Amino acid sequence: MRLVVDLNRCQGYAQCVFFAPDVFALHGEEALVYDPHPDEVQRERLARAVAACPVQAITAEGLDGTGETGETAAGTGEAVLHGR
Amino acid sequence: MAGDDFLRWLRREGRIVIVGASLAGLRAAETLRAEGFAGSLTLIGDEPYEPYDRPPLSKAVLLGKASPHHTELPRRREIDATWRLGVAATGLDTAAKRVRLADGDEVAYDRLLIATGVRARPWPRESEARLDGVFVLRTRDDAVRFRRRLDSSPGRVFVIGAGFTGSEIASACRERGIAVTVAERADAPLVGALGGVIGAVAGELQREHGVDLRTGVMVTALEGDAAGRVRAAHLSDGTSVETDVVVVSLGATRNTEWLAGSGLGAGPRGIACDAGCRAFDFRGIVTDDIFVAGDVARSPHPLFGYQFLSLEHWGNAVTQAETAAHNMISASSERRPHIWVPAFWSAQFGVNIKSVGVPGMGEQIMITQGSRAERRFVAAYGYQGRVIAAVSFDNARWLEFYQRLIETAAPFPPDFATVDRRAEGRAPMPADFPDPSLPTHGPTVTLSGYSPADRRLVFTPSRH
Ligand SMILES: Cc1cc2nc3c(=O)[nH]c(=O)nc-3n(C[C@H](O)[C@H](O)[C@H](O)COP(=O)(O)OP(=O)(O)OC[C@H]3O[C@@H](n4cnc5c(N)ncnc54)[C@H](O)[C@@H]3O)c2cc1C
Ligand code: SF4
Repeated sequence: MRLVVDLNRCQGYAQCVFFAPDVFALHGEEALVYDPHPDEVQRERLARAVAACPVQAITAEGLDGTGETGETAAGTGEAVLHGR
Repeated sequence: MAGDDFLRWLRREGRIVIVGASLAGLRAAETLRAEGFAGSLTLIGDEPYEPYDRPPLSKAVLLGKASPHHTELPRRREIDATWRLGVAATGLDTAAKRVRLADGDEVAYDRLLIATGVRARPWPRESEARLDGVFVLRTRDDAVRFRRRLDSSPGRVFVIGAGFTGSEIASACRERGIAVTVAERADAPLVGALGGVIGAVAGELQREHGVDLRTGVMVTALEGDAAGRVRAAHLSDGTSVETDVVVVSLGATRNTEWLAGSGLGAGPRGIACDAGCRAFDFRGIVTDDIFVAGDVARSPHPLFGYQFLSLEHWGNAVTQAETAAHNMISASSERRPHIWVPAFWSAQFGVNIKSVGVPGMGEQIMITQGSRAERRFVAAYGYQGRVIAAVSFDNARWLEFYQRLIETAAPFPPDFATVDRRAEGRAPMPADFPDPSLPTHGPTVTLSGYSPADRRLVFTPSRH
């Protein structure tokens, strides 16, 4: 599995850390570090973390084994959001 | 073909070529497909790897929390592209609409996206740069090599340049218990990007974490031993430091050499493009089939006086790629301007540093929340009486609010009464940026080009 966090958008709510502590960790008060290539055994937990992030900052691939993404605002959606 | 027919044809069976297969190239390819482009798509990249993420290379990777081999970017969707990886584009014929490759091949396009980014500026003296133990950090290969050296527990790491990358490297080394010296030409770390007031805080952070920080000095020479391994760095103040690892963190150079002679307005500062991401040719005439995105682009921004911004920011690469891709396959009236408000993050010494806007334009700075002594604050930057940027240390949740202030050109000093404000924050002070004509390590935001008062190159994009 692969994942990337848009750390401009991330606000350090640490929901992801709660759901997938072996993938995400806070470094200090609010800096997020994560493993961009987590092991398959993390799939369930990672899926929950992606869903729980209040600002949809996490994009993951391989969550359902089809290579589809966990991000809803793909493509243009995100551009509109940031592009004002 | 009439315009509409051409577009319909382009979207159905045109050829789009993307040069530079990294963050911007990948996100552009995904956007093209997401918006219905059904023609042929080719991605050309000189690195032999599929697109990977760079920010972890100076953070999680050095801390041992991620593998340098595995930061590949997740795909948002299938892109059904032809990948030409491990081969560089070496030339562009804009009249024949062909990209020349290092292996002699040529690839024809109807629309071209240039996303060739930047590369690390090497140590200027070649014989010294070749010494064993001298590194730069930009690519996956760089990270693999550097991480391997860190894993062998060097006695000291010497970092040249205290910009974001250099500071992050120093932070990771300290966390691993490795002795670190940082040499910076300016008076503090991060000065080029955030100014002297914030730079002073960054400098205190480094020293508190045991970094041997040397400011106001230049490295004059790297010395090797008989076996060709680096053994010491010599400084302009006459001192020298023994070290077995040197990381050269002197900023980046734009990858535009391959465009020499193409007629595009491409040079060491990047490729100039309009707010719609269309490249300018060297005459200052905008092209309509060549687009630019990511670190290699320079584009005018209405919020910042139409100055041409070159941003080495992850979020800029993503958003500009999305806008460029959309515009590549859209009619003029449906095109969008790239008017993303610059945003950046960095994690170092356990502190989350984020900024919005263009701090480098700031004349004044004011601590609006929190306190520098606690390493937890927000500072706003003012330019001609308006808020132009903000930076936060461990206070990221507030930045959106400041982004709004920037977007609406809210007055500076800000006059809101609700946020907590300590004594130190009541008065604006000079933001203390170095003279831009004296290069430091290379700021992450650079301003260049013409101002509206100087009408040679100005045009006005529409806002939506
Ligand atoms: C160590 C490090 C840490 C970073 N940390 C942060 C951070 O914390 N926050 C942040 O906002 N940003 C950060 N960045 C910046 C961010 O990674 C960049 O903004 C982003 O990678 C830009 O993407 P890009 O696609 O425009 O360019 P690049 O990623 O530079 O990709 C350009 C690609 O084009 C290839 N190329 C060049 N010339 C040719 C040619 N002639 N033919 C074919 N291919 C070519 C290059 O090899 C490269 O693969 C960091 C960068 C680095 C290196
Ligand atoms: S849940 Fe989302 S916002 Fe919170 S730390 Fe994780 S990625 Fe960041």
